[in-house]
Amino acid sequence: MARVVTPAQKSINTAAAWVVALIIFFPILWTFLTSFKPEEVAVASPPVFVGFDWTMQNYHDVIAQRGYGSYFWNSVVISVGSTVLGMIIAIPAAWAMAFVHGKRTKDLLMWMLSTKMMPAAGVLVPIYLMGKSLGLIDTRFMLMIVLMLMNLPIIVWMLYTYFREIPGDILEAARMDGANLMSEILYVLTPMAIPGIASTLLLNVILAWNESFWTLNLTTFQAAPLTKFIAGFSSPQGLFYGKLSAASVMAIVPIMVIGWFSQKQLVRGLTFGAVK
Amino acid sequence: MGRITLDKVKKAFGEVEVIPPLDLTIEDGEFVVFVGPSGCGKSTLLRLIAGLEDVSGGQIRIDGQDATHAPPSKRGLAMVFQSYALYPHMSVRKNIAFPMKMAGVPQEEQNRKIDAAAKALNLTDYLERRPGQLSGGQRQRVAIGRAIVREPAAFLFDEPLSNLDAALRVGMRLEISELHERLKTTMIYVTHDQVEAMTMADKIVVLRAGVIEQVGSPLELYRTPRNLFVAGFIGSPKMNLIQGQEAKKYSAGTIGIRPEHCLLSTDSGTWEGTVVVSEHLGSDTFLYVDLKDHGTVTVRGNGEVSLHHGDRVFITPDMEKLHRFDDKGLRMP
Amino acid sequence: MATQASRSAARLMISPTVILLFLWMAIPLGTTIYYSLQRYQLLYPDRSGFVGLRNYTRFVLSPGFGGAVANTLILVLGVLIVTVVLGILIALLIDRPIWGQGPVRILVISPFFIMPPVSALIWKNMFFNPSNGLFAEAAKYVGMAPYDFLGQAPLASIIFIVSWEWLPFATLILLTALQSLDGEQLEAAEMDGAPPLSRFWYIMLPHMSRAITVVVLIQTIFLLGVFGEILVTTNGGPGTASTTLPFLIYKEALLDFDAGTAAAGGVVAVILANIVAIFLMKAIGKNLD
Repeated sequence: MARVVTPAQKSINTAAAWVVALIIFFPILWTFLTSFKPEEVAVASPPVFVGFDWTMQNYHDVIAQRGYGSYFWNSVVISVGSTVLGMIIAIPAAWAMAFVHGKRTKDLLMWMLSTKMMPAAGVLVPIYLMGKSLGLIDTRFMLMIVLMLMNLPIIVWMLYTYFREIPGDILEAARMDGANLMSEILYVLTPMAIPGIASTLLLNVILAWNESFWTLNLTTFQAAPLTKFIAGFSSPQGLFYGKLSAASVMAIVPIMVIGWFSQKQLVRGLTFGAVK
Repeated sequence: MGRITLDKVKKAFGEVEVIPPLDLTIEDGEFVVFVGPSGCGKSTLLRLIAGLEDVSGGQIRIDGQDATHAPPSKRGLAMVFQSYALYPHMSVRKNIAFPMKMAGVPQEEQNRKIDAAAKALNLTDYLERRPGQLSGGQRQRVAIGRAIVREPAAFLFDEPLSNLDAALRVGMRLEISELHERLKTTMIYVTHDQVEAMTMADKIVVLRAGVIEQVGSPLELYRTPRNLFVAGFIGSPKMNLIQGQEAKKYSAGTIGIRPEHCLLSTDSGTWEGTVVVSEHLGSDTFLYVDLKDHGTVTVRGNGEVSLHHGDRVFITPDMEKLHRFDDKGLRMP
Repeated sequence: MATQASRSAARLMISPTVILLFLWMAIPLGTTIYYSLQRYQLLYPDRSGFVGLRNYTRFVLSPGFGGAVANTLILVLGVLIVTVVLGILIALLIDRPIWGQGPVRILVISPFFIMPPVSALIWKNMFFNPSNGLFAEAAKYVGMAPYDFLGQAPLASIIFIVSWEWLPFATLILLTALQSLDGEQLEAAEMDGAPPLSRFWYIMLPHMSRAITVVVLIQTIFLLGVFGEILVTTNGGPGTASTTLPFLIYKEALLDFDAGTAAAGGVVAVILANIVAIFLMKAIGKNLD
């Protein structure tokens, strides 16, 4: 039985938690507010919080002058493409490891995880040169492949932990009931695994969307996603706070909303099922 | 039909032989219970018959046909799992329909069989629910329903009642026995609970460490256990086993007497001892008596016996029902 | 436990993943090692040839190397300490009965979804900027001189930014671990006479140890590669004050066009990462299942 807490205690706890939460969230809120300020208000001293003439001008400028659309589209194609590609390769592997659990399964999973330990910087040179000699630098295709490979261990791990939760008994029951491998996967496994597959998909789209080593180093303009778009504001345009904020909001909002919806599953996914 | 023959079937996991070569015949229509302590290989044996595990050697024949390497779905067997293994995303109706859907049974026939099974198992009102919305007993019945509609050559039950509470367990035990009476289909039932074995089986197979210790009807096992292990495993409370001097009087290594085959007296008898604990169940009274030289024995008295801790009692075993075992633990004639 | 048929099917299904990951690891690593032994200037591709370990000596002896290793370790450790400690405190705070736990969770988790260049730019321009950033305004308001965070304390500022990005992750995981703690255990400890601090120390912290291990492992994987934040805030400077190993390699390769030396740096980075990885894999291997 949970203990009854007095309203006074609860109020204090609530206030403290909200203060902390708002401090953590404040930079995002501030960026959001600033994105609607005329530039002169954005840099005003002392700063103005909400009492200004709200304007869409910054958004307008960013979209019209800086080609937001193409960056956004590149981000979508690269993150979704790499994730879907990874899922196609990872689902059978995770399925096999989860339901035909051998002695070496754990070693294999650990090895896959260890490939993530290789620092991207360590292999930047050969990847870059390989891409260059194949004419793939600054192509969405190359980024899709690279990000897919980078996230593959995570995808396999996540799916594995979700699949492991499906009791083997049920698959055996299906086998006894006369299902072959295809119908077992189609009628029994997939419907039960859909929540897991969905959250794996979402998390990896988020990771790919925000990846900012390969996306910055392997693109120049054609395939450049939003990370590159934002990095372009580092200077001196960064001093136009209104435009910087509008660009930032447009780069983060789509993925943040996805993140909010999938945050419950995030923990399990990101900890490889070690924390539930 | 459902006559299952195991011929020198063995199973090894790597180096470890969990079931040494084993022969067993299960007759058509028989209710056979595999019983033994956990880890005795009874579930593995069932899974070998089901085809969920490969045999490492020997042959499995179902109705004379070699099924040793047939996939589970081709053996014509149905299984009820310990966890029920219901498909959580399907309604009860779809769960029961699943094996028929896999077999390509026409829709009308499917519906007819589902309705019949649901009626027989009291599930008619629950057909559209998901397994998650059912009680343990109802889930159990759905699992059985899914098995029935296949009209299998034999039913396999893997500890099906162990997830139910005590009261439900007794009820389901009866239902499964009734089902067997009605269908007359071969049933193989795995349990670690000797009460389930005794009450349901036509034939009990007692297993230990992958080896069959004895095969027989419940009363055969009760009356003439082949060795000390079976003697100790079948019957509740356990048979009293006495070794040493007292056993030598009967020229045996160990003698055994069941609690219900002892006569109690407060003034005279073969063995003298003091009551350690008395359990009054109403219908019976179980006394745990310290016999000084021969250890503690359990004795069943009638419900009205009023003996308590520290009381002196005399016990006289029924000589007709005394079991004798040699030094190797085997039954002596 | 399974049948032979399913086992060979399983092998077939695993192999694409294994082969791809193996190639993804082996080819770049092999090529990196090969390049690291060659003279390889991107601007002068004709001047090439085997140079032995000269690239390594050049990279390791370059003035920035020691500092870069130190910066990398300070960055990783600093962020780990900040996020784990604050994460535990915030998790304890949110775990208590409060109104609006859902919205609070959402606010706290949000920074995790911000791409590194965005968070770095927001902090750099709108908060750290010594002339009109919010921190400077706040300093002015209380009558202090504004502080040039990125100029005066570049590494600490980057640790701050990266910690802000990863604090939600640590908090969320530690909170999840905390919520799985059986309340009766705490009540038992209370009955046994343990005051709150002891209950935290002897019951809650051990319960969270697995989650903490996981947080440390996963953050380390990502933190060793922190790049975007440095690129858009300090560009490794001032001087080399905030140059980490990944950034140093990037400078050699794409700014100085010296692929040979950069490759040598890459090998060094792989070796260092693997030293860390061995410890971490051991820890998590023990903690998983």
